[in-house]
Amino acid sequence: MHGRPRKAPKPEDEAASTAKAQKLRALQTQFFSFHHDQIYTKEAVELSAKLLEINPESYTAWNYRKLAVEHYLSQPECDPDSVKSVLDDELRVVESALRQNFKSYGAWHHRKWVLSKGHSSINHELRLLDKFQKADSRNFHAWNYRRFVAELMNRSEQDELKYTEDMIYTNFSNYSAWHNRSVLLSALLEKKAEGFLLKENVLPEEYEFIHQAIFTDPDDQSGWFYNLWLLDQTVTTDSPLLVSTWPTCGSDVLIMGDGCQSGSFSPFTTLLSDSGSFPIILYFNQPVEGVNSSTVTIECGFNKNGYLHWEPLSVSNSQAAQVWVAHLKFPTSELDSSVEVSVGHSKGIISTRGVHYCHPSTFSFNVHVQPVERDSFQVSVAESILWREENFKVYRAQSEESIPIAYFDQLCIKNGHESTASNWRTEALAKEIECFRELLSLMDCKIGKLTLARLLMAYNAMSFPFATKLVHSEVLELYNDLMKLDPTHHRYYKDEHSLVLLQKMTCSKESLLQHCFQYKDSGSSVIGNPICLRLNNLSLSRIGAFEKLLWVQMLDLSHNELQSIEGLEAMQLLSCLGLGNNKLRSVTALEPLRKLKSLRVLDISYNQIGDHSIDTTRYLCSSPLSHSVGTGVNKDETVISDAALVNYWEAFYMFKDLNLNQLDIVGNTIADEKFKSALVKIMPTLKRLDGKVLD
Amino acid sequence: MEDIPPYPPIDPTTFDLIVIGTGLPESIIAAAASTASKSVLHLDPNPFYGSHFSSLPLADLPSFLSTHSTSPSPPRSRSSEDSNEFSVLDLCTRPLYSSIDISVFSPDLLDQNSRKFNLDVAGPRVFFCADKSIELILNTGANQYMEFKSIDATFVGDNKGNLLNVPDSRAAIFKDKSLGLMEKNQLMRFFKLVQGHMAGEQDVKISDEDLQSPFVDFLNKMGLPPKIKSFILYAIAMADYDQEDTGVCRDLLKTKDGIDQLALYNASIGRFQNASGALLYPIYGQGELSQAFCRRAAVKGCIYVLRMPVTALLVDKDSGCYKGVRLASGQDIFSQKLILDPTFKVTLPSGSSPPSPLQAKLPFFSQKDDRGKIARGICITMTSLKPDMSNFLVVYPPRSLFPEQATSIRLLQIASNLAVCPPGMFVLYISALCNDDDQGKKLIHAVVNILLTVPPINSESNAAVQSETAESGCAVQDENAESSSTGPSDPGEGKPTLLWSALYNQELTLGQDDFICSTPMPDGKLNYDDLIDAAVKLFKKIYPEDEFFPQTSSENPEDEDDGDGDGDVSLET
Repeated sequence: MHGRPRKAPKPEDEAASTAKAQKLRALQTQFFSFHHDQIYTKEAVELSAKLLEINPESYTAWNYRKLAVEHYLSQPECDPDSVKSVLDDELRVVESALRQNFKSYGAWHHRKWVLSKGHSSINHELRLLDKFQKADSRNFHAWNYRRFVAELMNRSEQDELKYTEDMIYTNFSNYSAWHNRSVLLSALLEKKAEGFLLKENVLPEEYEFIHQAIFTDPDDQSGWFYNLWLLDQTVTTDSPLLVSTWPTCGSDVLIMGDGCQSGSFSPFTTLLSDSGSFPIILYFNQPVEGVNSSTVTIECGFNKNGYLHWEPLSVSNSQAAQVWVAHLKFPTSELDSSVEVSVGHSKGIISTRGVHYCHPSTFSFNVHVQPVERDSFQVSVAESILWREENFKVYRAQSEESIPIAYFDQLCIKNGHESTASNWRTEALAKEIECFRELLSLMDCKIGKLTLARLLMAYNAMSFPFATKLVHSEVLELYNDLMKLDPTHHRYYKDEHSLVLLQKMTCSKESLLQHCFQYKDSGSSVIGNPICLRLNNLSLSRIGAFEKLLWVQMLDLSHNELQSIEGLEAMQLLSCLGLGNNKLRSVTALEPLRKLKSLRVLDISYNQIGDHSIDTTRYLCSSPLSHSVGTGVNKDETVISDAALVNYWEAFYMFKDLNLNQLDIVGNTIADEKFKSALVKIMPTLKRLDGKVLD
Repeated sequence: MEDIPPYPPIDPTTFDLIVIGTGLPESIIAAAASTASKSVLHLDPNPFYGSHFSSLPLADLPSFLSTHSTSPSPPRSRSSEDSNEFSVLDLCTRPLYSSIDISVFSPDLLDQNSRKFNLDVAGPRVFFCADKSIELILNTGANQYMEFKSIDATFVGDNKGNLLNVPDSRAAIFKDKSLGLMEKNQLMRFFKLVQGHMAGEQDVKISDEDLQSPFVDFLNKMGLPPKIKSFILYAIAMADYDQEDTGVCRDLLKTKDGIDQLALYNASIGRFQNASGALLYPIYGQGELSQAFCRRAAVKGCIYVLRMPVTALLVDKDSGCYKGVRLASGQDIFSQKLILDPTFKVTLPSGSSPPSPLQAKLPFFSQKDDRGKIARGICITMTSLKPDMSNFLVVYPPRSLFPEQATSIRLLQIASNLAVCPPGMFVLYISALCNDDDQGKKLIHAVVNILLTVPPINSESNAAVQSETAESGCAVQDENAESSSTGPSDPGEGKPTLLWSALYNQELTLGQDDFICSTPMPDGKLNYDDLIDAAVKLFKKIYPEDEFFPQTSSENPEDEDDGDGDGDVSLET
C-alpha cells in the first residue's frame, strides 16, 4: 500500500477508463432520476449499489441508500428479520465498495451509519477489520472505524491497547497504531482504570517501548511522534499554573502624570497612564478559561465593589487565553494603597483540557498615584522618539531598586505546589536526556538533536530555581547545528533558537540588565521615564519569554528577522515599540498590536509590508473575512465610509483601534503617499508620521 | 536387493543420457537434459526418490544408512565377464556414512507411527526465500509439485540451554528483549549499510578493500560488539567455521560474501505472502524437492525406473570411453553420457588388466577427498524446545558449547504441521562439520545433552539395534549418564525427552566430472545453492552447447490458489 511508484497510464488503460466513464454516466443519470423522484424500489436500490461498486466516492448514492433504508424501515410490514436483512445488504454493498476503494470516506461512513442502527453483528466487523488492517496496517480509515467498533461493542481499552502492541510489533512504522495507543492510554489514564492510576507508573513503560523503536531506526518518524506525545504528557502539568503577573507580588507601582519623578521609585515600575486605569496581568502556563471577577478577586482601598472586567488576550478571540488582563481604575486624587489579588480561590478557572486551576494563590502590591496634569500629553507630543543609538545609554541600576525581575523567584509559584508530584517528571526528563545524549554519541540524528534541545529546555523550566545557564548555550548550539544539518527546516530552528536566546537573556537579573537602556535624559521623556529593553540586532525571528517581560514599556526589536510578533499582546504596558528593519510581510502580521491599548509610538519602518502578493496571515487575523470578529467590534464601525479606505481595509482594521501618536512606516512597499493619507484618516490621534509632524 | 522384481526389459536401449540415483543434483540434471530435448533414462536402485536427499519413514532410515556404510560388496561374478566389444567395470558402493548410532527409547510409540515419519537423510536444510534454489524451482515450474511453510524464527543457543532470538530484521530488532538500545541501533545501522550498499547508494558504498578483507575484520571495524558479531556471522551469514580462529577456520568468509549472505537473508524476509521469516521448509520433507524435479523431467519425457540397481559400466575396449551400463536385470543399456550418484565407485576387474586409456583415468575417478565429514543427528521428541513455537532454527556458534568447538552446530526443529512426523511430535535435525567421527559425535552430543533429556535404555527391543551399532562409537545414553551424574542437579526439568535418535557421520564427497561425471553428496550448508551450482556445472560439462532450463515466458500460469489456508506458502512473487 505504501511506497509504490506511480505508473504512467498505458493507452489501453485510458480506453478502459473511458469505457468505465461512459458506463458510469449512464448509471448516474438513471440513478439521479430515481433519487429525484424518491423511488426506492428494489431495482432502483440495486442500481445505486451497482453505481457504488464502480464508484464508491459517490456520496449522493450513499445518502440515497440511507434514505431508502429509512423508507423501508418506516413501512408498516417491516419485521425485525427483514430489518436485519436490509441492513446486512447495506453492509455487503459497503464491503464491495471498500474492496474497490479501501479509502472511501463515504463507504466507511455508511458502514458506521448502518452499524449504529444496532441490528448487525459486530463480531463480523472485527474480523473484517483484521483483514483490512492486515492488507494495509496503517490505513487510518480502518483504525478510525476500529475505534468506533470497539466502542460499540464495549471492547476494553486494554484489549485494544494489546492490539496496537501487536500491530506495532509487526511493523513499528505505523503512525496509526501509535496514535491509537496514545488515544487509548489517554482514556485509560483519565478513567483511572486499574493499572493506569498514575501517569508516573504508566509513562516509564511507554518510554521504554518507544526507545526500542527510536533506537532501532532513528530515521523513522512514527516513533518520534509518539515520543513527542509522551513528552507532552510528562511536561504538561494537568492543572494550569499562574506563572507570572504584573504588577509583581510585593512591588511598588507608581502611576503618574507628565514626568514628575519622585526619586524613590524605580523606573521599572513607574507607569504613565492617560486612561485613568492601569492593567493587571495574569500569565498562566497554558490557555485557561473562566477568569472573571468571581474567580479572581481584588481587594484594595479604591475599588470598593471589587468588580473587574477580565479580558482574554488571544489573537483568535477565543474564550481561552494564556494571558488575561483587567484594567483597574484609580481615583484622580493622590493615593497610596495596597492591592491584593486572589486567584482561583473559588472554582471556575479551567484549562482547555478541562482541568481545574487548583493552586489558589494571592499576590499583593502597592500603588501610588500621582494625579495627571491635564495638558501634559499635549506638551509631550512635540517630542518624538528616535530609535537612534545615541539616544540610549546603558542603564545602571540603583543599588536597591525594585526591579520587577528581582521578583522572579516569587513568581515561581508552581514549585511550591507541585514539588513532590513533579519529581517523577523531572526524573523522566533526566532519563530521556541521558538516553538521547547516548543516541547522539552514536550517530548524527536531526530529530534526536531537536528532541534533546526540547528536553533540555523542558527540564530547565521544570527545575526552575536550580536551572543552569549552561543549558541555554548547549541548546543554542544544538539549534545552530540543526540549521546547518537540515536547511529545509531552517526557519523552524531559527524560531526556536530565537526563543531560547530570549530565555537565556531573561533568565537572570544580570543578563536582563545588560539589555536595559535609558532613553535620552531621564525625566524629560514623553513616556514617563521607563527603561527601554533593547533586543535589537539579535537576528531574532520570533519573540517569546513574555512572562518575564510584562513590565516592559519601551521595547526595541529593530534589526532582527521577525516575520511575526505573535504573543506580543501579552505586553500590555508597551507604549513605545520599535520594529524597524525586520521582515514583517503584511499589515495583518501586526494583529497582536491591536490588543495593546497603551501603545503610542510604533516604528515599523523598513519591513516588507506589501512586498508579497500573498498574505499568509490574512486568514488568521480576525477580520470579517475570517468570520472571527470578536464581540468588541461594533457592526456599524465596519462600514468603511471613505472610498479611499476601501483598498486598505486591513490597515483600517489594524490601526483604527490603536491610539498611536507616532508611526514610522517608511521603507515598506505599501507605504506610498496614498496609503499614508489613508492612515492619517484612520488614526486621528496620529501626530507624527515618518518623522513629519501632522497638522 | 537380492530379489529384484521381474522388470520388463527397458526399451529403447539407447539414450542420450543415463542418470543413476535420484538425489537432488541428479534429478536437476535429468530435468534440465529432458528440457533440452535429450532422451534420458533415470535409474535408482531404491524404491523411493531422492537417494541421499530423500525423506524416509522411521523404519527405513537405519537400513538406508547402514547399506551405505559398509565397504564395497564383492563384485558379482557375471558382471566381470567382458563381452567382445566392451570392458565391463564393476560398480560397487562406497561407504558414505559412518558411526551410525540408532537409539530407540519408546519403541511402541514409534512402531505404530513409523510410516508417518518423513525423516530427511541430509538434514537440517532449508530454503532462503530469495535464494538460487527457490529461483530454480520457480523457473522450472517445480513449485507446482511442492508446498512450503515458513520457519518461524532463528535462535542462537548457549551452553546453558537458553535460546536467544536472532534479531534478523527491523521488526525483530525492535521486538528483541536481549539487545540493549545501543546494540539495536548499531545492528540496524549495519543492516542499513548493507542494504544501501546493495542498492548501489553512492554515499554508503563499502570500499573494495573492505570487500576483499575477512568479514570478521569488517565487523570489528564497524565496532560491532561480540554478541552482534556472532549473530551476524553464524546465524545470518551462516558461517561454518570459527571466523576468529584462523587456525581452525577452513573457510574464512570474505566481506563481499558476508554482505551477499546478509543481502540474501534480507531479500528473503517478506518475499512471499504467508512467509514471515527468511526461511522455508517443504511440506513432507526435503525429499519432495528431488521428486519435484523428477516429475518435471518425466513431463519432458524422461523415463524412470526405480528399484533398478546398476551393476557395471560398459567401456569401449579400444578407446576406454564410456558406452553404457549393465543393469541388475542383466540388460545392457547404452548412452552418450552418464551421470552417477556419489554412491558408486568403479572397481577394476580382478583378472584382466584394464585397457590402458582407462588406467590413466581411473585413479582420478576413485580418488578419495579429505574434506572432512559432516556429523548429522535426527532426534524425535514429544515436546517442542520452545513451548510456543513449532518450526525454527537454532545455531550454536563455534565455541558456544565447549572451547574446542571449531564449527557451528545447526539444529532445525520441524513439527507435524509440516507432515514430517505424527501429530504431537517434533523432529530435530542437527548437523556440524567435523574432521573425524569422534569429533562429530562430540559436537552432536553436546547439543543433544544440553537440550534434551535422554532416558536410560531399558527395553529389550533395543538390544538388537544397540548391538548393530555397538562398535560404531559411544552411544548417546552413555554420555548422558556421565553428565547427569556429575552435573549439578538439573534432572532435565522442562527439557523435552528424547524418543528416538539417529546419529551418523556423512562423507563430504564432491562431484566429479573427469572420466565419469558423478554428483556430490549433500554438503554442510544450510541451503541447496552450492549443490545447484554443482548440478549446473555438471550439466554444462556434458552439454556445453545447451542452455540450462531456458527461460520460457509462461511457465506457471495456472498457479491461482490464494494461499491463505493455514500459512502454507505458495511461491508467488
